[in-house]
Amino acid sequence: MSGLTPPVSAADHRSGPDDAPITLVEYGDFECPACGAAYPNVEDVRRKLGARLGFVFRHFPLTQMHPHAMHAAEAAEAASAQGKFWQMYGMLFEHQDALEDADLVRYARTLHLDDKRFASELASDAYVKAIRQSVGSGIRSGVNGTPTFFINGVRYDGSWEAADLLAALEDAAA
Amino acid sequence: MKLSEFRGGPVILAFYPADWSPVCGDQMSLYNEILSEFRQHGAQLLGLSVDGVWCHRAFAEARKLHFPLLADFEPKGEVARAFGVYRSDDGTSERALFVLDRDGVVRWSYVSPLGVNPGADGILEALEKLSAEKGKP
Repeated sequence: MSGLTPPVSAADHRSGPDDAPITLVEYGDFECPACGAAYPNVEDVRRKLGARLGFVFRHFPLTQMHPHAMHAAEAAEAASAQGKFWQMYGMLFEHQDALEDADLVRYARTLHLDDKRFASELASDAYVKAIRQSVGSGIRSGVNGTPTFFINGVRYDGSWEAADLLAALEDAAA
Repeated sequence: MKLSEFRGGPVILAFYPADWSPVCGDQMSLYNEILSEFRQHGAQLLGLSVDGVWCHRAFAEARKLHFPLLADFEPKGEVARAFGVYRSDDGTSERALFVLDRDGVVRWSYVSPLGVNPGADGILEALEKLSAEKGKP
């Protein structure tokens, strides 16, 4: 159990160098409070590890519990289509309490995206299938809630405190 | 309710310690999200804990659960005991998963380490095996 399936590939949202010795994958939900709480810790370890870390985010919206989670994930995909996935990723986690459609379009404008294209892609469910595939991969991989992290392909069940996460990532590199 | 009522297809029994786990995206909410995957295999999911009926009802409403929660409440933990996953020290059950085939025979089981939510990958693998068997002549 608990092996990342499929492995990280060019299809993923990935930041950091391709040959980074450590890869952290997060399955997350933009409306999930636990993911929001983990977000600054993840940012912290990304800063500290710099080029040694590749970070990948995969969608796992818990749509039954979080009514805005699917649209928020779609917003990140629509931003990605315009080259701004990570900017939208940060925007969503920093505004978890304001994820109505009008908010999402407002964030698109703030990020200087083509807001008409953005809104029409949201309205047409352009990315729902891809997001559901991401959820499917999470289930195969042993995702057991949000956020679920994988370090170099193995599920990490430890704490999300920055110091603990950093120590686990350092161990993986050793 | 009797297990035999579900003999039409595989049954997944998911024992968990208690309603109202503080973890976001807890085990039952996760299963709720992926019910359609279970149903593709014709499987029925049942959640079980030692909580009472009213507690389950409030929990299921709050989490918008679309599958039954069974109250293993009186006699307390009887079903968990029958499956060998009752925790007499704290009066709850293990986080344990069982996949039963259409004849009610346990075909796969897993007891998760304490405090670790087991996810759903093992359940799906077991269901896939059952579906593959059914396809054979």
